Amino acid sequence: MTIYGVALLALAFILGQWVGVLLGDWLGIQANVGGVGFAMIFLMLGKEWLVQKNRMSPAMTEGIAFWSKMYIPVVIAMAASLNVKSAVSSGSLALIAGIIPVMAGFLIFPWIMKKFNRPPHG
Amino acid sequence: MDKLLELIEKNGLIFGFVVIGFVFIIGDFLSKNLFRSKVPGSAVSIFLGLVLGYLGGVWTEGEKGISDLSLFAGVGILGGSMFRDFTIVATALGANLELIRKAGWLGLVSLLMGIVLFFFLGVGLAFAWGIRDAASLCTIGAGACTYIVGPITGAAVGASSEVIALSIAIGVVKTIAVTIFTPIAAKKIGLYSPESAMAFGGIMGTSSGVAAGLAATDPKLVPYGAVTATFYTGVGCLLCPSLFYLILTLFF
Repeated sequence: MTIYGVALLALAFILGQWVGVLLGDWLGIQANVGGVGFAMIFLMLGKEWLVQKNRMSPAMTEGIAFWSKMYIPVVIAMAASLNVKSAVSSGSLALIAGIIPVMAGFLIFPWIMKKFNRPPHG
Repeated sequence: MDKLLELIEKNGLIFGFVVIGFVFIIGDFLSKNLFRSKVPGSAVSIFLGLVLGYLGGVWTEGEKGISDLSLFAGVGILGGSMFRDFTIVATALGANLELIRKAGWLGLVSLLMGIVLFFFLGVGLAFAWGIRDAASLCTIGAGACTYIVGPITGAAVGASSEVIALSIAIGVVKTIAVTIFTPIAAKKIGLYSPESAMAFGGIMGTSSGVAAGLAATDPKLVPYGAVTATFYTGVGCLLCPSLFYLILTLFF
């Protein structure tokens, strides 16, 4: 059943966001700390568990796969709902402080990959 | 015609699907014909989305791009945080848990380095622009992290509303910059593997920008980038108004 897949995704989403909010509360900040990340991990664990129990049907996978394919359209809708005008017109500092660190990030990225991407014990 | 408009406003989200489908047709067409498939259709479409967001701001003077026009309100629902996060989580379907576990510490290192890099570069640039009080510097540095860390930090340290608005604008510029430059720079900086996507998400942080940029680069990388980027805003909200602010008050 397709809905089982959608429901699994939705359950993982809610649980993950909940953990993120609880973690934020516990750290004393008004923010969700890694809710989406936790949700992704829950979804992967749930899927893994169902695959092992032989309960993961193709229809269920489809129920999740549909939403993962909707990802790019959602991003386009998000881009269209951003305050792009104020971002590009709020002065030189906004543009500079928004762009320069991104460039620095691109520059530092290969260095971090070289320096830290090693297996922990070898 | 009035009846149709009324119907569309009532079923905004559904009309949103039509709008985005239409944007995608144009994006795909431009990709094939104008860029000879060198720039992927999704990247062109995301850029077109930004253009719509800009036009919406020009027409309505609002803050939510095209979705401030009541006809396009559904685009705002589709592009809101609920659907964004839901679909990002769904991309984990194709991700490999073992890979994420293995690259976890690389993700953590890049996360911390990314936040430090963006915050202090933001502070440095604000300083160069003549800003000298710790609260404003801190808020602008936080805005250079993400457009959520900025206002949360600003409220916590008592920055003025102009500075908070500026920090949001900086964060949005960052999101747009990451969205546009990621597919362009991906090959040059070696962004092609799940591990590198995790490190990239950690350094850049802005979930929207990272996910959009990776989607335009290679959709398979999205879940790996998102899994680290999603911690960035939270950790930023943790460090900016506390430790980083204390450091700044030592100097200003």
